[in-house]
Amino acid sequence: MDHNTKIEIRDLNVFAGKTQILRNVNIDIPKNKITVILGPSGCGKTTLLKCLNRLTDLYPELKVSGRIMIDDNNILAAKEDIYKLRQQMGLLSQRPYPLPMTIYNNIAYALKLRGIRNRRETHKLVMHYLQQANLWDEIRTRLREPASRLSIGQQQRLCLARGLAVNPEIILADEPTSALDPISSQFIEETFVKLKNDYTIVLVTHVLRQAKRIADNVVFMYLGDVIEQGSVEEVFGNPKMEKTKLYLGGTFN
Amino acid sequence: MYLLNRAQRHTVNSTWMIISLLLVALLPFLLFIGLYLKSVLLLHDYSLFDLIFSKTWRPSAGKFGFYPFIIGSIWVTVVAMLITAPVCLLTAIYVTQYTKKYFLRIMHPAIDILAGIPSVVYGLWGILVIVPFISRYLGPWMGVKTMGYSILAAAFVLSIMIIPFVLNILIEIFRAIPTELKEATLSLGATQWQTIKHVLVRKALPGIIAAFGFGLARAFGETMAVLMVVGNVVRLPKSVFDPGYTLPALIANNYGEMLSIPKYDSALMFAALLLLAVSLFFNLVMHFFIVKYNKY
Repeated sequence: MDHNTKIEIRDLNVFAGKTQILRNVNIDIPKNKITVILGPSGCGKTTLLKCLNRLTDLYPELKVSGRIMIDDNNILAAKEDIYKLRQQMGLLSQRPYPLPMTIYNNIAYALKLRGIRNRRETHKLVMHYLQQANLWDEIRTRLREPASRLSIGQQQRLCLARGLAVNPEIILADEPTSALDPISSQFIEETFVKLKNDYTIVLVTHVLRQAKRIADNVVFMYLGDVIEQGSVEEVFGNPKMEKTKLYLGGTFN
Repeated sequence: MYLLNRAQRHTVNSTWMIISLLLVALLPFLLFIGLYLKSVLLLHDYSLFDLIFSKTWRPSAGKFGFYPFIIGSIWVTVVAMLITAPVCLLTAIYVTQYTKKYFLRIMHPAIDILAGIPSVVYGLWGILVIVPFISRYLGPWMGVKTMGYSILAAAFVLSIMIIPFVLNILIEIFRAIPTELKEATLSLGATQWQTIKHVLVRKALPGIIAAFGFGLARAFGETMAVLMVVGNVVRLPKSVFDPGYTLPALIANNYGEMLSIPKYDSALMFAALLLLAVSLFFNLVMHFFIVKYNKY
């Protein structure tokens, strides 16, 4: 495995009953870069993301085969410690789902799962992660309020801070800005660009402009197949495949 | 062709809606006022404190102490809830979080059938099964002499009766929690049990309280099944193996009889008033907690 590669996906196939959701997927995701997975709805982007942190285990009807190597460990192997594995990655979903507790406890809960129970350390880290997610200045006086009182954009950044609090190496984001207003989306994008120095980021989106703005690498998927992958300049500037050209040109259906 | 034009029909329809709304909203007040007017005769002669806390019930001697009935009702309800609450909560969690989907599809009709059985049938079942079980096996095993007709028998029958109702609500509540919330905590590395304990139950808490409150109100007001197995002895129960008497049973057993005794019907109306007041109190407490936890 190339030392610049963080995640190596090989021959990944996912079946839901008789329908195949992912077909022979091979992707290399480089370290400390933003890799954008692009494609129309229903092409298997979300399923791919769920394979990465084994949330597919929740759905017994999904049959996953192949290999996903993260730092030379095949995470699809049954013996893998699934709880440790999931703490290697922070997940940001399409809509924010704050936990039913205070803003402070949303982060403290993640810290507790990571094994940090010391109060002073918790205090320090809650502040640290809220700052990292670009949220601290707005809510520093509201830490004891229920998290559900925040605006959607703030909730999404809280979820990002919560994801970071388990000290992951990878951030998985599933269309994290699709429910947000432009300003909040911009906040999230800026945060991602800042975070890529320390984290490997996998971003699923169908917003072309977003991909163009922040991606280093692009993977284009269509109906469960990877059509094309490469650097953002290659894929956007000089797409090789006909389907990619059509999709980027906006004449796809 | 219509008799009225569209705007007129709109006015007529909304008037009907307002009238039916008022009817529904006024009903509890009307009930309350009616019962109060009927029991005012009794309240005129005795102080409220005396009625509620005096222990002697001898209507022919003019002694109306409701304390044994109130305590009997509370005992039966509390013991029934102690059985119902954990059983329902654990079953609902298990069915919604651990089993496959088809299991719930089988469970649902079974629960609905249980919910539809008339309470007399539950009462009969209590007499035939629970009462002998307590007097022959459970009592001797615990070293207690009991005739079986007891607080425990009533609580047992009651809990079997309300479990389907409470369970149905709880299952709906747990099913309504979005999968994404579960995924969010699992993605933080939480185990399934941690997710259930810290997040799902927390999220469902207002609903859980409402479901238990609903069960409590039903248990407190249930008449027939309790009356058949509780023993109907006017005495303060010392343990769950003692017989007791509940407020609804008092009303059902005596209304229409012995009304020649002065103030007797007024006393029964007062019992109904007490029943209504207590359910109102339960409701208020329940709402307090629901509002308190709903903001998360």
